[in-house]
Amino acid sequence: MANHASSDTPLSETWSTKPQRRRRSGLAREEMRDAYLMVAIWLVGFFIFTVGPIIASMWLSLTKWDLISAAQWIGITNFRTMLKDDLIWTSLWNTFYYTLILVPLSTVGALGLALAMNLRLRGMRFYRTVYYLPSITPVVATTLLWLMIFQPEYGIANYVLQKFGIPKQLWLLSPEQAKPVLILMALWGVGGGMPIFLAGLQAIPREFYEAAEIDGSNYWNSFLYVTLPLLTPVIFFSVVTGIIGTFQVFANAYVATNGGPGNATLFYVLLLYRNAFQYFKMGYASAMAWVLFIFVLIFTIIQFRFARRWVHYEV
Amino acid sequence: MAKADIAVNTQSVTHTTLPRGRRSWMKGLSTLALHLLIACGAILMLFPFLWTVSTSLKLPGAALSWPPTFLPDTFYWQNYVRVWSIVPFLTYFINTTIITVLSVIGSVLSSCLIGFAFARLRFPGRESLFILCLSSMMIPFVVLMIPRYILFRNFGWIDTFLPLIVPEWFGVAVYIFFARQYFRGLPIEYDEAARLDGASSWWIWAKIILPMSKPLLATIAILAFRNAWNDFLAPLIYLHSDEHLTLALGLVTFRGYYRTEWSLMMAGATIMTLPVLLIFFFFQRYFLEGLNFSGLSGR
Repeated sequence: MANHASSDTPLSETWSTKPQRRRRSGLAREEMRDAYLMVAIWLVGFFIFTVGPIIASMWLSLTKWDLISAAQWIGITNFRTMLKDDLIWTSLWNTFYYTLILVPLSTVGALGLALAMNLRLRGMRFYRTVYYLPSITPVVATTLLWLMIFQPEYGIANYVLQKFGIPKQLWLLSPEQAKPVLILMALWGVGGGMPIFLAGLQAIPREFYEAAEIDGSNYWNSFLYVTLPLLTPVIFFSVVTGIIGTFQVFANAYVATNGGPGNATLFYVLLLYRNAFQYFKMGYASAMAWVLFIFVLIFTIIQFRFARRWVHYEV
Repeated sequence: MAKADIAVNTQSVTHTTLPRGRRSWMKGLSTLALHLLIACGAILMLFPFLWTVSTSLKLPGAALSWPPTFLPDTFYWQNYVRVWSIVPFLTYFINTTIITVLSVIGSVLSSCLIGFAFARLRFPGRESLFILCLSSMMIPFVVLMIPRYILFRNFGWIDTFLPLIVPEWFGVAVYIFFARQYFRGLPIEYDEAARLDGASSWWIWAKIILPMSKPLLATIAILAFRNAWNDFLAPLIYLHSDEHLTLALGLVTFRGYYRTEWSLMMAGATIMTLPVLLIFFFFQRYFLEGLNFSGLSGR
């Protein structure tokens, strides 16, 4: 490993020393120029497709605009309207409900799966593939297929329940069950988080377990004091990206329920989409987008704060 | 948490309180129980796929019967023919293919090039630019959605594939991160030797680094393929006319017209899912094993 530019050694130490650099200063300048050209690709895209739009969005959120007539400056009116808009609160509640149940379940699920898939059992390659496949299946296809399974009149979910003597359920047509069913559908893709957990597990040196064993640790203790602490960076990454992702839940609700029944699955982004592209309230929708952005930022910052207490980056 | 216990167990952590014979007997039993559990879970995971395929082969209306039948009485392959003629499914398929292929090529090439600069070239401001790039990952697409729509409208790109392809050619932050992590793990001596022979950074990237990075390329390709092929929200916003729709939009449109034609819908869903699975099987030996996301793992 000594020759590798590994991530924990600063590059300046690994790479050529000063006398060499002076001798090859022409080359160094050329390297610098090429590097800037390469990074410029990203930087140009970043300004056109991210920074510019963000600034534009900030301005738009302070206007009233229907895409046709001229935009009209209205200050913070959009944000005030949002506070009084019942649909906003409903959609926020739905989105938090979905996020706060799905993210912990899928994180624990992915970790559990990775632990199981890390066993040396026959056919493990096959199992890994099977558990991973649902997560790469197109969301539209999976939503349609689960719609069929949870169809109240002739769906197979109710058929199975009936076998156990439980009456037919309304599933996605019931305001109480719609959100849990969507969560269940999403959990089918729990294997999507498995590879990074698996990579994390495989990066833990075997000697750590051997040392723990010599100290008389049983496997539960080894899991608790060796595996889990060393996986905290992966868990942290998975939770942060998971929350950013589920805050933006859209396609499954759009296809399966279109927000219904009775707005039970009206998620925030679905409402935003309607405001922007069905009612053409571009200003209002931009204000909504900014509120979502701020929520994501706050959640992420809080998590990074707490991370200091439980995430261990060094062994 | 029983899974967790035994997972560690195979990592050769064993507690020595029980007599030897009994211990190995118990270990064998728990391994068997665990294997059974994993197998049952796998059947549960596979069931929706099997159900989709089974439904796609049922006669029209047979999917509405109660009690549901697990296997079609007769395998009605006609569904796979009819679905192409009832809606312009072939057009959707071609559109999705064009968008996906161009997005994948763009994001793989650009992200690897940018990641290469961040990983292996020296220039002032490298670390801060990289942190900027990383933090851009946290910006939700939803925030950019409306202004980007307006931007592309001004470009005259609405109802074309360009809004879905062009941004990918400027690098994708997550893939740049993966590329940088991967490239930093390769010995720097290769670059130094090539430079002594007068090679440029571009040549080193194309002729030395990329050929050594198949697991990385495969991973980015799979992720980019999946994202472009499965994407729903962005195509929904940018594409409108029927001849420009993607498979995802086409399937939803189809459902709007034929709500109870489950057999045809499932045939469509199967056709849409198949390419993703094929790509995955093609690249998987690099993907589920071998790639170490070194920045994220415990060390």
